[in-house]
Amino acid sequence: MSTTLAPPREPSGAPAEIGSRRLTERVFRVRETGIIAVLALFVLITAVIQPRFVSSSNIQFILVDTAVYALVALGETMVIITRNVDLSVQSVLALSAYLSAGLFGHVHGIPIPVVFLVGLGIGLAFGAANGLMVSLGRVPSLVVTLATLYIIQGIDILVVGGNEVVASSLPAGFVDIPNATIFDIPWLAIVVAAVIGAGAYYLRSFRSGRELYAIGSNPDGARLAGIPVARRVFTAFTLCGGIAGVGGVLWAAQYQTINTSAGGTNFSLIVIAAVVVGGVAIFGGSGSAVGAAIGALLLGTINVALDVLGISDFWDQAIAGFLLLLAITLDRGISVRLAAALRKRSARDAA
Amino acid sequence: MQPDQDTSLAATVDAPPGWRSRFDSRNMLRWESGLAVAVIAIGILGVSTSSEFLTGNNIFNLGLQSGEIAIMALPMTLIIISGEIDLSVASIMGMSSAVLGYLWGKHWSMLVIFVVILLVGVLAGAINGLLITRLGLPSLAVTIGTLGLYRGVANIILGPNTISNFPASYANIGVTGVFNSNLSFSAAVFIVLAVIFGVVLHYMPVGRSIYAMGASPEAAMFAGIRVKRIKTLLYIVSGVVCSLAGVLLTFRLSTSVNSNGLGLELDVVAVVLLGGVSIFGGKGTIVGVVLGVLAFAGIQNALLLTNFNQEAASIPVGGLLLVSVFVPNMATLTRRIRGAIARRSKATPSAVGAGHD
Repeated sequence: MSTTLAPPREPSGAPAEIGSRRLTERVFRVRETGIIAVLALFVLITAVIQPRFVSSSNIQFILVDTAVYALVALGETMVIITRNVDLSVQSVLALSAYLSAGLFGHVHGIPIPVVFLVGLGIGLAFGAANGLMVSLGRVPSLVVTLATLYIIQGIDILVVGGNEVVASSLPAGFVDIPNATIFDIPWLAIVVAAVIGAGAYYLRSFRSGRELYAIGSNPDGARLAGIPVARRVFTAFTLCGGIAGVGGVLWAAQYQTINTSAGGTNFSLIVIAAVVVGGVAIFGGSGSAVGAAIGALLLGTINVALDVLGISDFWDQAIAGFLLLLAITLDRGISVRLAAALRKRSARDAA
Repeated sequence: MQPDQDTSLAATVDAPPGWRSRFDSRNMLRWESGLAVAVIAIGILGVSTSSEFLTGNNIFNLGLQSGEIAIMALPMTLIIISGEIDLSVASIMGMSSAVLGYLWGKHWSMLVIFVVILLVGVLAGAINGLLITRLGLPSLAVTIGTLGLYRGVANIILGPNTISNFPASYANIGVTGVFNSNLSFSAAVFIVLAVIFGVVLHYMPVGRSIYAMGASPEAAMFAGIRVKRIKTLLYIVSGVVCSLAGVLLTFRLSTSVNSNGLGLELDVVAVVLLGGVSIFGGKGTIVGVVLGVLAFAGIQNALLLTNFNQEAASIPVGGLLLVSVFVPNMATLTRRIRGAIARRSKATPSAVGAGHD
């Protein structure tokens, strides 16, 4: 079974504990710097071959294109950190996109913020349903969210029927959301980055945020330590759903024609891939929201870079898959080393 | 902070007692009989709503539509029981379909193509298996990676092309059944494979080993079971079976295109879980999965015949999946909820209403 590191010795061992936290934190930073380095390398090589790649319009395009994925990756990160997974985000996104954007056609002159709130509400409702089943029922999240993926997809198909939301029914202010810029930086990217920053800060520095990591590292231990595991897991799923709901509204603003295929066939798995590439362990307990966002950015950049380099789009998926394998192999190596270092350190402190 | 994680799916096995008791054999038996009743109910529903349901033509279509998913569910069953998962199945299917189309377009002989596809399946499975067992990587992440990689290979091989000039003798499997019966070719393959997989899993030593490693990988290793080797072999078998499914799909559609089988991996997993196989490994039967296949195919087919939007069949499938995970645990669940409410009302009588959130 998972050889959990010896529980830290009580107060007298406090310095060692801080030391090991520094070490793990440094490793996080190494891991994030690693992805940033890969991203930088990719951008550099592409830019040398094709300077057009780093033109401001192209960078804007990449940022806007990645925004929804990076945002949903934040929610997925929260869930995965608790050693759970949410496969239903793609159907939540699709349903929210249709229902919220459809409001423009049904309710004349409805304010845009209200539409975002509706998307958020739809997402929160489904996220809460997932969270309730997983936390209260203590059933595996993979199965529950696979089931809700199907159910919400079915609801979406029934609701949408043969209709679709067409671009002409959307107000100019809404479809301009992805295009609005300040100093050539898309507003959308700034807002999404701020949200991800807030999420990352919450996970890193708030007590309830830290508890998500504790739950993921050792669910039983967390329960024994008095952490309200069910409530935290419920919150993580609810937030993840809410974020996916908002993602749906943004998707609608970006693509404008909304039918049942919003989000695409494998959206959930792409988001999970981005999260894992970004250094979040698939079995919980480690990783950061910033890493996940950079993971999403990396996958999005590759997509555009291949285009710019004149390499056929068809290479995109193979490279993304290969990168994912590379990332988890690297993580495995790092975590094995880290565990060894921590063991050595605690042995030394004990002496 | 960051423990040396045991990264297999079975890592979650050391859950509170309630997690485990849900999947004990008595409950499993109950789930499978319940599922059998559900399948019969779906059948009755189908017959009563449409006179077409029991016609030979419909049975042929039913087998045709779900045959490949059913075939891929068999190795998936073994893999999930062994405590792992394979999300790359639909991509292996797509890759083999692409190879078939590409090489046929290059006028290779069909026999040689089959050998190449067999090797592709072996290689795809071996990559999965070796990354998971030799490097100790989590199968969920690895196979999401190879899901992209193998689908990517299909994309690269075929690009935007579609190959559809397959000889009628092969493409006929989408039109006629085995020996002109109403049994589609893929359904026949499924039946044969189900028997083989059932015998291997339930009546051979290696089958017992698969259960053992799913229940506890370490105990299985200490008992002298070659855990890594068997798991690698399971992935290779999965690769081969999925590439076979890819060939069947290609001929049935008489089309090789890079999106063949896209997104089917979750259907395959759903069918297996529907059949009562525990996602934590160590529990499940082939009979259950066969019933799961029948329920999955039956629901879709019955809804198709009743003019209900067929794609919305995912609602009852998802609902049944939820039932499959909750019902065997109903007793424990109600006890826990009751306990929680009782505790709360004792602590703060005014907070009873809050117990519902």
